Amino acid sequence: MQDPVIKKTEKIKKNTDQAVEDGLARLTPERITETINEVLHKETGARFKAYVETCMRCGLCSDACSYFLSNDRDPLFSPAAKVKQTIWEMLEKKGKVSTDFLRRAVHISHVECNVCRRCSMYCPFGIDIAYMMLLVRRICHKLEITPLYIQDTVNSHSVTLNQMWVKEDEWIDTLQWQEEDAREEFEDLRIPLDKQGADVMYSVIAPEPKFQAGLIYQAAVIMHAAGINWTMPSGPGWDNSNMAMYTGDNEISGRIARTFYKKAAELNVKRIVMGECGHAFRSVYDMGNRWVSWAMPPFELVHALEFYHELLTQGRITIKEKYKKKVTLHDPCNVSRGRGLHDKAREVVNMICDDFVDMIPNREHNYCCGAGGGVINCGPPYKNERMVNNRVKAEQLKATGAEVLIAPCHNCHSGLEDIIHYYDLGMETKFLGDIIYETMEKKIYKPGE
Amino acid sequence: MNAFINFIMGPMVWISALVFVLGLVFKLIRIFKELNEKEKFIFSYMSLKYSLRSIGAWLIPFFPESTKKRPVFWGVSYVFHILLFAVPFFLASHIILLDESFGIFWPALNDGLADFLTILVILALVFFGVRRAIVPDVKFLTSFKDYILLTLVMLPFLTGFLAYHQFFLYKWIMIAHILSGELMLIVIPFSRFSHMLTAPLTRAYTGSEFGNVRHARDW
Repeated sequence: MQDPVIKKTEKIKKNTDQAVEDGLARLTPERITETINEVLHKETGARFKAYVETCMRCGLCSDACSYFLSNDRDPLFSPAAKVKQTIWEMLEKKGKVSTDFLRRAVHISHVECNVCRRCSMYCPFGIDIAYMMLLVRRICHKLEITPLYIQDTVNSHSVTLNQMWVKEDEWIDTLQWQEEDAREEFEDLRIPLDKQGADVMYSVIAPEPKFQAGLIYQAAVIMHAAGINWTMPSGPGWDNSNMAMYTGDNEISGRIARTFYKKAAELNVKRIVMGECGHAFRSVYDMGNRWVSWAMPPFELVHALEFYHELLTQGRITIKEKYKKKVTLHDPCNVSRGRGLHDKAREVVNMICDDFVDMIPNREHNYCCGAGGGVINCGPPYKNERMVNNRVKAEQLKATGAEVLIAPCHNCHSGLEDIIHYYDLGMETKFLGDIIYETMEKKIYKPGE
Repeated sequence: MNAFINFIMGPMVWISALVFVLGLVFKLIRIFKELNEKEKFIFSYMSLKYSLRSIGAWLIPFFPESTKKRPVFWGVSYVFHILLFAVPFFLASHIILLDESFGIFWPALNDGLADFLTILVILALVFFGVRRAIVPDVKFLTSFKDYILLTLVMLPFLTGFLAYHQFFLYKWIMIAHILSGELMLIVIPFSRFSHMLTAPLTRAYTGSEFGNVRHARDW
């Protein structure tokens, strides 16, 4: 079934990992055919057919893709080419594809596409290629050949309903630890847990308590200073991240989203504010809600960026002295192309920073970070490719001449930090919250003051 | 022979026109039926305002970002699509045929201009073909089918051009012209030519998602 020589050369070019290889070894031709046909015919409808039949192979989508641009316009990285190498061939062969084909399909859909949807803005017909890449991931999930690291996060979601195997006592402990530390700045600061009827449920992604607890500290200080009636959940539902959404494990993805909204409903909060994360926003604002049959989210969902905008324009947070260093802003796909927050983001940056320079292209047309859409979550085996595959981002960042890069999304933040180190750009990466915390006046808001 | 010519100029015109129209109508019905069965949710996101906004934005020449990235291809495509419909529709000899059969007519293009525009259509198709053969990313996406599709569009225009000038074998060229025109009409609903129906639909859906849900531009 597998030609070891081909496997070896493929390995030099494109990496793979143990979970993918073990999974491929378990497959039988029948299972492959059955699974592919089930997903492509039973789980899709007229939309998918229209996407496949409407594409005229014009190649206008190529220029949208940072992979294509970073790889010196290598035809294999054109968005439509990714569909050709996966979906079209699966359809043509009626699901009878080899494991070598599938190894390539896992690779294309998981680490050569960020499902950032930039290409659907470049296709004259608006064909949603990201949707088709997610279908390929769905097939990979059903065949159990999802890359190891991202599958582990889904396993964690499945067991704990958070992405990072954070145990409930660890979660509460972390919040209390941050609360205690923050009380050195504000003696009566609280991180209120499970407060019924609060105005705001603040929700984060699991990497925050796991290794970026300082972000919770900053958020608590901002909430406290702004005089917000807020709460955080002590139990499952506190994590708004959703990696299952990116592996095609729609069932778990739906469980995560349902738990999240259920928690907000239990706490009877007025609205949900979430930290600076893009994919989590996509999950609870756009995709997760659909899986649990809500056309739009059942709660008002406010991304941190929008929330900061509100706090600053209402004067709930005042800036003592604007940030001095030259900054640039990265528009994360899921909050700009996914929610149109790019103009508000610029207003926030201008309210807190002295010297802002835009990167080009920007707003909806910004280049992808290369990390989101589950790509960075596929872990170390694919890191070098991820760096090479986003050279265009490094060039874009370098051209700004900025000292600080603001990336209001966790995946973008981590991915861009990698890019900056790899290409030696000498920039610092920050969240908006970092700069607000640094520049704000540490006093408690009182109406009318 | 005359019976054959009468057939392709009579019943066959009706047959091909019916296949074309009904084919697209049935396709549209099938799409909506299937959406209703399996993806009803799509209707809750469709918005007329944002559909039109998106389609409108994409009709403005060189307005969408991607059209600026490949201006030559986009420019040629834009003109090509207009001429593809306009030239046969406003061709004097076509209008005369309709006038003779049904007594309906409308203003016609000057023959010299129509001849020139036909050459433009043919050149545009040659350009598409060459582009498929030499631009690497397009070449990778191209299969033999794409050249067949280009040829299918090319034939009625090429034979029409030759017939107008009566260079050689007028009768046979004329027959080929009529047949290729009918063939193209028949093929439309069953090939990717049906993007004339589905492209506005996919554009409208993406436009609605971008406008309604994501509050962002999609051009």
